Amino acid sequence: MIDWLLAPFRYSFMQTGLVAATLVGITCAVLGAYVVLRRMAFIGDALSHTVLPGLVVAYLGGWSLFGGAIIAGLLTALGIGWVSRRGAVREDTAIGVIFTAMFALGILLMSKVRSFRDLSHILFGNILGVRPEDLIQISIISAGVLITLWLLHKELELTSYDPTYAEVIGIKADRMRMLLLVLLALTVVTCIQVVGVILTSALLVTPAAAAALLTNRLPRMMFIAAVIAVASALVGLYASYYADVASGAAIVLTCTACFGVAWGYNTLRTRQSRV
Amino acid sequence: MITIAYSGRGFTPAQAHAPALALEGLTVIYPGASRPAVREVSLSIATGRRAALVGANGSGKSTLLKAVAGLLHPHAGSIRIYGRPVGACHHRVAYLPQRGEIDWRFPVTVERMVMAGRYVHLGWLRSPKQSDQHQVLAVLEQLGLADLAQRQISQLSGGQQQRTLLARALVQEADLLLLDEPLSAVDAASREIIATVLERLGQQGKTALVATHHLDRLEDEFDQVFGMEQGELTQVQNLYASLEVA
Repeated sequence: MIDWLLAPFRYSFMQTGLVAATLVGITCAVLGAYVVLRRMAFIGDALSHTVLPGLVVAYLGGWSLFGGAIIAGLLTALGIGWVSRRGAVREDTAIGVIFTAMFALGILLMSKVRSFRDLSHILFGNILGVRPEDLIQISIISAGVLITLWLLHKELELTSYDPTYAEVIGIKADRMRMLLLVLLALTVVTCIQVVGVILTSALLVTPAAAAALLTNRLPRMMFIAAVIAVASALVGLYASYYADVASGAAIVLTCTACFGVAWGYNTLRTRQSRV
Repeated sequence: MITIAYSGRGFTPAQAHAPALALEGLTVIYPGASRPAVREVSLSIATGRRAALVGANGSGKSTLLKAVAGLLHPHAGSIRIYGRPVGACHHRVAYLPQRGEIDWRFPVTVERMVMAGRYVHLGWLRSPKQSDQHQVLAVLEQLGLADLAQRQISQLSGGQQQRTLLARALVQEADLLLLDEPLSAVDAASREIIATVLERLGQQGKTALVATHHLDRLEDEFDQVFGMEQGELTQVQNLYASLEVA
């Protein structure tokens, strides 16, 4: 049994993949708690799609894919925040317009690339293809995002449930929201390597949504979400190694299964408390 | 330890002998609105007074409180708090919003929500200390919430939620409290506790401006009453004057 568990990690690419998935899982889960509680799931999904043109332009130009994705993600995050702040367009409408336009631009640019397969890892992720230099970038971004969330925990928490009071004591709620969007853009870029553009929002939303069903304390919710994300990453890697299936999809489906269990537990608990 | 204040303006001392709140020709217009929500309101509240702001829905009570709290910018006129402009000293003003403005399903406990009253003193990057914790527990005790300290805020009744918001305002140790409908949908027990706390605030030299629909006990619970109608100040009643004369 131990041999069976350890066998995949004799390969360095599996070890790198495990570290990358753990870092990304923890970051997504902790940030995802705010995404779920502030009802930002749509924007998380949109951001993951809108980095596509940045990735393709960087690919075509031979530049860093990471850099291209970060620039596109930040531009989208700031653009959505700026457009909706003026009030003329509702935020969900702004997201819908920018998200589809950017994704369409990405697909259009992809059609200029010789082979669609060249960029399929962007759409579906390739955790086993994470290189040591990618791991360094993922580590720096994850550490930056987690440290920022830790340092500004009380302000982010307060602006999430009572932005009016936060404004009265001098905390600018819209700036905190903009900061969250920037952190989200950075996290999405690291996530794309693991599960790809299409499934990224699942890592942001599903573990945190499952944890929200199990606890009513924010720090505990973040911890449970991180445990679910890391466990799902492990299961996904094993599935990929032994069953030869796409690792990103396996990770997301494991998260979904955890959500199903949490939902079932929550339903049973609610029924029992009513009896 | 250095405090990095939220507003970046620091802690400005009050001006000597200035009233707690002085409004001069205050006019507030919401963006896109054709008429002012508050029109040329002038009033003055001395330190230590409890003032009620009464009027029908839409009369401008909440808008006036929000302008004083710095949430809305005046179109014309001036607001002076202890002789200083709005925002010069955030810790001096506590605002209790209407309950509907808060996401009560958010996973925080009563204790954690009340602790937010200390944030203005802590500023960026500083976590609450044991002294803050003691202060929170003392106020929870005072408002009859000690047993509910670890309860999630969604599990509170309307009166308990209102007391929690008042506890947060008290923990802030502000000199001017702006309370928007603190008595709406509260049970009799909560109303008594809130009234006692307001009375005690007056004795401690704190000033309160309370928007309320409850007209039955105005004379017992307040020193001044300001009536508003369609954004204008229509009535000023100085109850303390009649008491002092009597």
